[in-house]
Amino acid sequence: MGLLNNPCMTTLANSLVAHPLKFLWPVIVALTISSCIITPAAMAAKKKIIHEERSLYTSILVEQRRDLLCLNFTLKRADSSQSCMDLKNPKRMVFAYTRMAMSGLLFKPNPKNILIVGLGGGTLPLALNQILPQAKIQTVEIDPAVIGVAKRFFNFKENANNQIVQQDARVFAKRAALQKQTFDLIILDAFNGDYIPEHLMTREFLMEVQSLLSKDGVLVANTFATSVLYDHESNTYKEVFGKFINLKGRDSGNRVIIVPQGSISATQRDPISKDALIAQANQLAPVMAPYAVPIERLAKDIWKTLDAPADWDKTKRSLTDQYSPANLLRKQ
Amino acid sequence: MIPIIHLLAFCGGFIIMSFELLGGRILAPYFGSGVYVWGSIITIFMLSLAIGYLLGGRLSVKNPSPRKFAGIFATSALFLYPMILYAQPVMEFIFLQIEDPRYGSLTAAAFLFMLPTIILGMISPYSVRLLVDNVEESGKVAGALYFTSTLGSAIGTLVTSFYLVLWFEVNTIITILTLILLSIGLIAWFFAPSHVTDSNSSVNSPSSGT
Repeated sequence: MGLLNNPCMTTLANSLVAHPLKFLWPVIVALTISSCIITPAAMAAKKKIIHEERSLYTSILVEQRRDLLCLNFTLKRADSSQSCMDLKNPKRMVFAYTRMAMSGLLFKPNPKNILIVGLGGGTLPLALNQILPQAKIQTVEIDPAVIGVAKRFFNFKENANNQIVQQDARVFAKRAALQKQTFDLIILDAFNGDYIPEHLMTREFLMEVQSLLSKDGVLVANTFATSVLYDHESNTYKEVFGKFINLKGRDSGNRVIIVPQGSISATQRDPISKDALIAQANQLAPVMAPYAVPIERLAKDIWKTLDAPADWDKTKRSLTDQYSPANLLRKQ
Repeated sequence: MIPIIHLLAFCGGFIIMSFELLGGRILAPYFGSGVYVWGSIITIFMLSLAIGYLLGGRLSVKNPSPRKFAGIFATSALFLYPMILYAQPVMEFIFLQIEDPRYGSLTAAAFLFMLPTIILGMISPYSVRLLVDNVEESGKVAGALYFTSTLGSAIGTLVTSFYLVLWFEVNTIITILTLILLSIGLIAWFFAPSHVTDSNSSVNSPSSGT
């Protein structure tokens, strides 16, 4: 079955039908089959599976391609990793969206309390803990298996200021709000796998998150850039936060939403000045360099997006606790 | 007449599973969408159906009538609809009292879903009673009714999870389910067979079976 589904064998089948030199077909078949068998084997040598695990929430696959150690949450699309670590240079942020998420620091360079929703390989909390050892970081992750993998394979270590809370983020947010906890920086990054937690996409959840932001707190959210979810999500953020920074990756299909001073209404927020933004980026640049975060370029990109008109379909319904079929919408 | 009872049993099955699926949506904002939330929901639904079967069977012994059958549908509608109003405050209260989301979701599921589901569980045994004429065919009749009501459950699950949640809000779907219950209650009231074999028939006579 595996051989028949192989695209390489399909090519063979097509060429058999169309080939003008049909009398040569035994040769063609022999050549193609041998190459079909050899190619995947050769590829397997490059890609090494380090660890495989089925958790309650997802399938976890840790694999190594040359110097990249990657965490995948799906078996179907092996090329879509959640998190990768460069073994030769562990600090380097491999993915565009993690680098983009770091630009939240432009608006709050010294956050005292940080909340991260979704652990993955632990890239963001690890980097933030190194850059800001004094900041108290809490990362909420529902899946104990993911926590185990981050610690075992991706060098994640908890310490007094860098802690994981194993809980559903929605429950965490509600409890934290009751206890009047606030955070200077909140990063939402729970939406990568094959299955989207739909109760973390809604207007009500975002309002709970908003209530957790401190007075000048910044919200950073890694969101869906493709599919109709881009429209639905944009409208949902617009409804809760009014204005937001719609940062898109230059050469990746990522979109990160940033809301500086997200706890107050858009009209009361301080205006963003280009000079202050660039100055802040210059200041952060040396700290960001080891992580390969192009902070100065990101600051320029942010400045450019500030006055960009909305590029999404405003007629798409915003997501609420009453209406949030995110998984169905993504497939449409 | 037989098809009408089957239609009613089908709708009953449809509504039970549609409601169960919505349960996940209703609890998620307070208790998350982890596997324990589904554990709570399924536990409460199974428990409620068990009680409902028992009560429905008991109710069918004395003077079974289509009117009483209609009453079951009306009552379940009556318990189902107010969910729209009290789900939020009930979950808020339980969330404040119980810290562990496992027991929180179990308690919330019990308070929110138990009553309507118990009543919905009464439909199956009661419809068996309305259709059984004698002991010989009782198994066949019960089997056919299990078939239609479970088929209704399967289709209710599918339609709700594939389409209804994509088109409507949760509260709108609950309203639709309530309206279905009320209209099939009316069908039972007016169109279900009024002639039911009385309690002297072989079904209730303990000697005939042995």
